[in-house]
Amino acid sequence: MAYPDVVVVGGGVVGAACAEALTRHGVRVRVCDRGAPAAATTGSGEGNLLVSDKEPGPELNLARASCRRWPRLLAELVDEIGPSLADAEWEPKGGLVVATDETAAAPLLALAERQRVAGVEAVVTTDVRGLEPHLAPSVAAAVHYPEDAQLQPVLATSALLAAVRRRGSEVCAGVEVLGVHRGSRVTSVRTKNGDLPCGAVVNACGPWSGRFAEIAGSSLPVEPRRGLVLVTAPLPPQTVRHKVYDADYVGTVASGSADLVTSAVVESTRSGTVLVGSSRQRVGFHESIEVRVLRALARKALALFPVLRGVPAMRAYGGFRPYTPDHLPVIGADPAVPGLWHATGHEGAGIGLAPATGQLVAELMTGAEPHVDPAPFRVDRPALQGRALECA
Amino acid sequence: MRVIVDGQAVTAERGQTVAAVLMGHGRTSWRITRHGGRPRGLFCGIGVCFDCLVIVNGIPDVRACQRVVVDGDDIRTQYGAELPEAGT
Amino acid sequence: MTVLVVGAGPAGIHAASSAAGVGADVVLVDSASRPGGQYHRQPSDAPRTGALAVVDHPRVKWMPETWVWAVERTDQGFRLHAQVGPADAPGRPCIALDGEALVLAMGAYDRVLPFPGWDLPGVYTAGAAQAMAKGQRVAVGRNVVVSGTGPFLLPVAESLLGVGARVRGVLEAGSPVRWALQPWLLRGSLGKIGELAHYAKVLSTGKVPYRTRSAVVAAHGADRVESVTVARLNHDWTVASGSEQQVEVDAVAVGYGFTPQLELAIALGCRIQRALDDSDVVVVGRDQATSVPGVFAAGEITAVAGADAAAAEGVLAGLSAAQSIGSSIVDKQVSLIRRKVLRKRDFARALAAVHPVRSGWQSWLVDTTLVCRCEEVSLSAVRSAVVERGAAGMRALKLLCRVGLGPCQGRICGRNVAELTGLPDIPKRPIASPIRLGDLASEPDGSGG
Ligand SMILES: Cc1cc2nc3c(=O)[nH]c(=O)nc-3n(C[C@H](O)[C@H](O)[C@H](O)COP(=O)(O)OP(=O)(O)OC[C@H]3O[C@@H](n4cnc5c(N)ncnc54)[C@H](O)[C@@H]3O)c2cc1C
Ligand SMILES: Cc1cc2nc3c(=O)[nH]c(=O)nc-3n(C[C@H](O)[C@H](O)[C@H](O)COP(=O)(O)OP(=O)(O)OC[C@H]3O[C@@H](n4cnc5c(N)ncnc54)[C@H](O)[C@@H]3O)c2cc1C
Ligand code: FES
Repeated sequence: MAYPDVVVVGGGVVGAACAEALTRHGVRVRVCDRGAPAAATTGSGEGNLLVSDKEPGPELNLARASCRRWPRLLAELVDEIGPSLADAEWEPKGGLVVATDETAAAPLLALAERQRVAGVEAVVTTDVRGLEPHLAPSVAAAVHYPEDAQLQPVLATSALLAAVRRRGSEVCAGVEVLGVHRGSRVTSVRTKNGDLPCGAVVNACGPWSGRFAEIAGSSLPVEPRRGLVLVTAPLPPQTVRHKVYDADYVGTVASGSADLVTSAVVESTRSGTVLVGSSRQRVGFHESIEVRVLRALARKALALFPVLRGVPAMRAYGGFRPYTPDHLPVIGADPAVPGLWHATGHEGAGIGLAPATGQLVAELMTGAEPHVDPAPFRVDRPALQGRALECA
Repeated sequence: MRVIVDGQAVTAERGQTVAAVLMGHGRTSWRITRHGGRPRGLFCGIGVCFDCLVIVNGIPDVRACQRVVVDGDDIRTQYGAELPEAGT
Repeated sequence: MTVLVVGAGPAGIHAASSAAGVGADVVLVDSASRPGGQYHRQPSDAPRTGALAVVDHPRVKWMPETWVWAVERTDQGFRLHAQVGPADAPGRPCIALDGEALVLAMGAYDRVLPFPGWDLPGVYTAGAAQAMAKGQRVAVGRNVVVSGTGPFLLPVAESLLGVGARVRGVLEAGSPVRWALQPWLLRGSLGKIGELAHYAKVLSTGKVPYRTRSAVVAAHGADRVESVTVARLNHDWTVASGSEQQVEVDAVAVGYGFTPQLELAIALGCRIQRALDDSDVVVVGRDQATSVPGVFAAGEITAVAGADAAAAEGVLAGLSAAQSIGSSIVDKQVSLIRRKVLRKRDFARALAAVHPVRSGWQSWLVDTTLVCRCEEVSLSAVRSAVVERGAAGMRALKLLCRVGLGPCQGRICGRNVAELTGLPDIPKRPIASPIRLGDLASEPDGSGG
């Protein structure tokens, strides 16, 4: 058996993107997921690839690189794995951010202005009903973001992993990594099937990354931040055309509150269902689906789209976003444990940020020129230090 | 009592479900699926399969096997996914 | 102090009546407009007699047309979130019902195995044929074949005859020779020997052939069923080659056992286990207590064993629930009923042993056969999600090919997909019954836990 150069722990979208980028650079990997790949946080993600919700800064840069990368990456994969496997329902549908009252309008327009300066296409629009015919008439301001796109996270992850397999690397489901052996650096990982020698380990364990960092001999303040999504019965195509959300969403994302915060985020999927989010709550790994959260989501969605009033909600599900205290992902080598790398902490944007994250990991590991500045995401940045891991 | 089925008045009895009214008048299907355009009607009869969805008084996604008719109900075939009529 | 009872089938009505009988206040809810569940289904103008009279008991608050869509734990106990009124109508009032103890008795629905053409109008579950005949006096067809496994096929044939249908045959896929040879299993249980004799008479009077080791393996027609392929089955339920016959019918009633409705139990975190008939059921202890303190379960959700068993479990669950909130009960009464319940559980075990679903059914399907009726997902789409896209878990599989993501939420296809792929399915459905967004938004504040 050929040993991998790198073991990627976690087969979510981030682990898959790391494995794809590493194998593209000729590195042999083994992806180990304790469950089924794409079945954890990635399977709960709504698949929005957003630049619109980000302040100018490192995350926006990563997001823009990533949003550009997704369609190209999927197009490249067509040749490698065929058009049907490479289909991830990518749709450049654009985002529409709506302020429903005057107090929300000014901050939205100011944010759009800052984003424009940073090079984002942010178009203040007066013809909202032209873009979204079913939107509530009471809109104080709206900004259209043509760069925002959408894809189906599980299809996308499976496409990345199909390419990894095609390149001769392995993807193992049902294999939990229980420990990391090291001398002066990582030498192998421990699984229930025995030890697996490797040159490096990538921690792509999503909300469980803090736990994995610990068993690997380090620490990382990544915590779960709960989110619920309501799913409607299938609706006619074009009922909701863009990814539409309330301007207060940006504030919700940026808040660090442990208490429940909700904001309306509405989009349709290719299958016809409309997804209604989003809620944020820090409740550990508590799986319950609270009626008060669902009610809040419904109320906020109806304020944007009254047409949904008579539409049935048929399902609700939840997931745990991998949250860091400064809302920035952690990407790079862990100085405390040579051979241990992290690619995690993407909170509510991991689907969007995955390809650039994977690429950055591959560049840093192989010594290539990084395509975005890696410094803000480094593991030993001050904002991550000295924080106890509350939810491990 | 009378109800309207796809524009035509038909008789119905108190306590009948929409499905029973439709089947009593010889209908076996009253929904067209949204991908394959296939006809569907009753299947499980007890509200779990959602095959029997129909439009009642402008509201789609009503289970015909569960809904009991009321005099004057306007029952329409559901074509794929439909939105509730405005104002309902 | 209140005992909440969800479901007014044999299990629920007996739970309500025994709890009220020892002094507890009971709230009994059911989405149907009449009590009785699947077993006591009657036309809407029939008088309420016998066990159904529980709804007139002074300590029982009967809530018909009450659709429980969610359940939560509260500090004091449990809260049911429900909508009251006609099925799926928007604007039905949303209510919250609080209680200190909860009896779950949501029953089960038919399991149907897919086969080419099973999505044509005119193919019904056996229960649908039964419900339409008993509750609506409607025959699902004039010329009907009944196919599946288990003793339930017999009352279905009887009901069809009763509403004037011609029953072209009852096809039992298993070998009930073994069934007949094990009468000791049946003594004192639902499938009494007398009952079998009764059905033998009904079938012969109605000139209904009863065939074992055979099944409908395909249905044909343009817009509805016009004919079916009937075949002899090998022991493993693959088709005995050359045995296929085309039979003209206008309806098929199919039932391969039952699947318990577990969503509320799962939402509460009750422990679930795989029963012998491969259905998932709520685990209960001696007194019908689930793994969640204060929650009791009775009837088909604990094991598929028929109406008598459901009723006996209901009595016990009602007594236990009442006791858990302070009613005193007589031990002798309990030990008697406990013995009855144990006998019923033996029967459920026997039933499962004699009527297993064998894996050969999977060979009835062709590539284009829809596995998921709602999302119209074919067998080949499911296969390719597993083989080509590497789906290694049910959640990933669903999102890779949309199997089980339609309005029925995998209720119909879930077990079949699990068997076809080997990927286990945990039927988590926190929204137990669809609720329109406008109604959800109108839920009173403070009614969520
Ligand atoms: C409700 C909701 C909506 C969202 N919407 C969006 C959106 O619209 N756009 C967007 O970009 N992002 C969105 N997100 C965020 C996005 O889903 C996450 O950022 C992203 O999926 C994280 O991916 P991941 O690979 O890091 O984690 P995961 O997908 O959780 O993958 C981690 C994997 O690691 C495995 N694992 C853990 N420990 C071990 C171990 N010891 N050994 C082996 N395997 C292990 C787990 O089984 C898991 O599969 C949303 C999240 C939620 C909850
Ligand atoms: C369609 C059908 C027909 C059947 N006919 C017969 C028959 O004729 N003879 C026979 O011996 N056996 C029949 N059976 C088998 C039957 O399951 C048992 O014999 C018996 O009825 C089981 O009793 P139970 O109390 O466990 O459940 P059920 O009788 O099924 O009662 C459960 C009740 O719970 C209610 N309920 C479920 N979920 C909710 C919710 N979320 N909110 C509100 N209410 C809810 C349902 O409306 C139902 O009335 C039938 C089964 C089915 C599926
Ligand atoms: S027939 Fe199944 S829900 Fe009506």
